[in-house]
Amino acid sequence: MAVNERIPGSEYLEKFPGGEVILAKSQDVFNWAKGASLWPLTFGLACCAIEMMTTGASHFDIDRFGSGVFRASPRQCDVMIIAGTICVKMQDSIKRLYDQMPEPKYVIAMGNCAISGGIFYHDSYSVVKGAEAVGIPVDVYVAGCPPRPENLLNGIIKLQEKIRSTKARVT
Amino acid sequence: METAIVSKSIQERFPDAIVETKPEWICLKKEIFTPVLQFLKTGHLAFINLHCITAVDRQGSVEVVYHLYSFEHKWMLTIKVILLDSDLTIDSLTSLWSAANWLEREVFDLFGVKFTGHPDLRRILNPDTWSEHPLRKDFKRDGFIPRPVR
Ligand code: SF4
Repeated sequence: MAVNERIPGSEYLEKFPGGEVILAKSQDVFNWAKGASLWPLTFGLACCAIEMMTTGASHFDIDRFGSGVFRASPRQCDVMIIAGTICVKMQDSIKRLYDQMPEPKYVIAMGNCAISGGIFYHDSYSVVKGAEAVGIPVDVYVAGCPPRPENLLNGIIKLQEKIRSTKARVT
Repeated sequence: METAIVSKSIQERFPDAIVETKPEWICLKKEIFTPVLQFLKTGHLAFINLHCITAVDRQGSVEVVYHLYSFEHKWMLTIKVILLDSDLTIDSLTSLWSAANWLEREVFDLFGVKFTGHPDLRRILNPDTWSEHPLRKDFKRDGFIPRPVR
């Protein structure tokens, strides 16, 4: 079988010389599979969540990237898209949801609010200044107020790139 | 319907209840304010709907603002009561409108106005552990970043 350029993940495959066998590093295959099925948590905090819903709908179709399976339980999720303003009363719940997600887990901070507090940075008594202030490590920042759906998709692609370039940890 | 008409009918019943009347609002005396509101609700003006309670911090005093609506006259009335910072208490309106319950809790939460006679005066929006009142001008808290003055 010729290794076709259009096969997904073909960049990790190598044709066995003279045979009908292909070779790939297991770490690369796992990473590719991990990146191609990022299930997000059904989790919206403010206006950015509306844009996240749009991304999930047919116009932008997040399913093309394998991220359309929004799960209602943190136990089944790979990525937490923090979409919106983090309020003082919400921060403990967010931290708990993040802690409940199984490894490997990733976080996308979507919108200026989730990055730094955004327009609520000054003079706001109820808004936490971003996801990192809650103690959640962020993998990808998607800037905008709100970010366009294309921008969120770009964030997911960036996260996939990050996952695919992860090297196996020797412990 | 005009504020002056309402003001006049209040004056007929309660000659010294009004501090000031403007086209936009009527300012009432704190001591006599509950009977006046009862009159506005049950009298011929029929302001049966308590639309909103809010407040304004004037640094030194707090204005409590009531919006009443009359379905009969299709008209909204604004009532103000001025409280000095040294005595932030006012009668609760929960006996007249049960809608006042949560509205007064909100004003208590954000401005620290104590409503005497309120059945359950707790915070409604902010964490119960807070002791500050966020919409006061002198509000300060850890993590609160005031806008820099240019
Ligand atoms: S970044 Fe803008 S759009 Fe997003 S939650 Fe904050 S205010 Fe809303």
